[in-house]
Amino acid sequence: MRVLELGTLDHATGAATLLRRALALSHKGEQLLVRGDSRDLGFTLDVFARSEGHRLLHEGTHLILECGGSAAAKRAGARRAGGPNPTLGEVESHADPRWGVAARGALLEAGGSHFDFTLLERDAVWAEEASSLYRAASAAQWDPETAIPWAGFEAAPLPLEEALVQVLTYLIENETTALLVPTRLLPRVHPHFRETLQLLAIQAADEARHIEVFTRRATLSGLELGTSTVAGRASLKTLLEEHEFSTASLLLSVLGEGTFLSLLRFLERHAPDSVTRSIMSLAAQDEARHVAFAVAHLRRFALQDPAVLSRLSLAVERRHGALAGATGLSAEVFDALVVLAGAGITLNAIEKGHARVQQLLAEMETGRAHRLEKIGFEPDEAARLAALHTLNLM
Amino acid sequence: MTRKLVLGAVAYDPKVITIWDGFQRYFAARNLPFDYVLFTNYEKQVEAQFDGVIDVAWNSPLAWVQSVHLANALGRKASAIAMRDTDCDLTTVIAVRSDSRFASPADLNGARIGFGAADSPQATILPQAFLLQAGVSQATIDGGRLFDVSLGKHGDHVGGERDAARALARGELDASCVLDANLAAFMNEGIWAQGAIRILARTPRYDHCNFTVLDGAPPELVARFLEELLAMDYANPEVRPLLDLEGLKAWRAGRTQGYQALEAAVVRSPAFARWLEAARHTCK
Repeated sequence: MRVLELGTLDHATGAATLLRRALALSHKGEQLLVRGDSRDLGFTLDVFARSEGHRLLHEGTHLILECGGSAAAKRAGARRAGGPNPTLGEVESHADPRWGVAARGALLEAGGSHFDFTLLERDAVWAEEASSLYRAASAAQWDPETAIPWAGFEAAPLPLEEALVQVLTYLIENETTALLVPTRLLPRVHPHFRETLQLLAIQAADEARHIEVFTRRATLSGLELGTSTVAGRASLKTLLEEHEFSTASLLLSVLGEGTFLSLLRFLERHAPDSVTRSIMSLAAQDEARHVAFAVAHLRRFALQDPAVLSRLSLAVERRHGALAGATGLSAEVFDALVVLAGAGITLNAIEKGHARVQQLLAEMETGRAHRLEKIGFEPDEAARLAALHTLNLM
Repeated sequence: MTRKLVLGAVAYDPKVITIWDGFQRYFAARNLPFDYVLFTNYEKQVEAQFDGVIDVAWNSPLAWVQSVHLANALGRKASAIAMRDTDCDLTTVIAVRSDSRFASPADLNGARIGFGAADSPQATILPQAFLLQAGVSQATIDGGRLFDVSLGKHGDHVGGERDAARALARGELDASCVLDANLAAFMNEGIWAQGAIRILARTPRYDHCNFTVLDGAPPELVARFLEELLAMDYANPEVRPLLDLEGLKAWRAGRTQGYQALEAAVVRSPAFARWLEAARHTCK
């Protein structure tokens, strides 16, 4: 018979912890001789046995606990839901809604109620790169206060400043959308796919920071913010109405943020001041990670299920159809980009700026087609879909 | 329409709904037509059982004694058909501060003693009877402090005991009466610091709740209920959370030998006699 020495421990000093440990792996009927010096030892064992479903036996002066099997019964049907590492062997292909918010790899007691997560299939939300991209994102977080040289700011000449404020006004509403889309997807993803949750969360934090620095720069020279057009807002609204994880990833991250990567690099090149240059550079680094995850996820998803590509094509066509009546990139934003790219409003500057914006738009389309090919589209189809992307860029 | 077995329970805590909704689903999955009615107090539940509103009553020990006496008065018969494993062989502890001078219950004469709700068998009725027998004066008992939380619920709401425990910790009382299992619970909650409290005495063992049926209850439904109840397995994840909420690992067949001390204590009480006299005239 096993023996447990309790010393002076009793009900008041934590005896139950050692008793539970001693009986945790016992089977029904197994006996444990308990010894101790506390005058309340008998009381302690009596109350413990009753509340934990065991029997207390008195054999002479010996106190013996006979296991009732409740600990083993409690483990009946328990299982480990995958493992903590982000490898395919440890991330299950289907997450049970009953696992809820349990840590991946935890021993889950059987039973419990269903959680309302709706994205339960690994392929629909996963990429092997999620973990490393999350770590890269964590390491690359920057503090707007110190990362941007606000102290040396000097406003650009008025036409350039006005153009920049208009572009920033446009960027803010785009970044707001880019914050809301992952945030709305996040509570639907089963927490078993932890790395995807973490990535969506840090993506939202990135966008929150972009909104902050774009707003701060836009108001730095004292000008009022620019115009928000009906067409721009309508285009962004279609992104918020996209409820499917993969199509939202395609439309927002691959096509929208992918296009924005080109725009941010363009604005970095043609920034009228060092604050703007720094902001655009930092924002582009963040956006590149968002694009990388979406491309990796969709490439993997399409490899698992070839029907994914046709669903993605349909989503692009559907959004194109929904925006067929819209006017695309507003004249306000287009003109502002021309002024910034030409660094002025002289005839020469406008001509130069106009050519650069045209070149930018062409580069954007090429970039989109390139990313669509990476996902798995044939070059012709990739080019066709790239051309259907909203003229509003995001 | 299929006749359902109707159970009565007292709503001493919101979890009561979770428990009985869960058991209702469990029974339904096993083709036992089952429904339940919640009461705000045990007296109404006992009367409702005699009026035929409910077939089975989940009764406190005091409600069981009330049922037995009302059945005797009305020429009927009450049976205890099942109970929790944790309803058997309870005791109440008379707790005092470790640094106090008390060495035996009789030393508590003239002391400030805290009890639970006036109708709590475990925190008031039984320890008062025990202390009287141990030599504590009636005047000391009468001068004790009752912590009345949710009267009519027979102390199921542990709040009264907890309040008394806090008062003992603050030095407002010299002793308080606590269900033995609550002693460790109050220590774990930090109401009593480690080493601050010791056990002065412990009452004899007694039993707690039971499922009560009266003669005339539908025998087949009651038998099915009992069969399904006793078959509940702690290893079944469907039912385990409900058993945890109700505080048991297994249901057991009912027994009635653990209620004598309570019965002896309450039959002398004028309040009990008044209730019985009124109930025997209002119940069918």
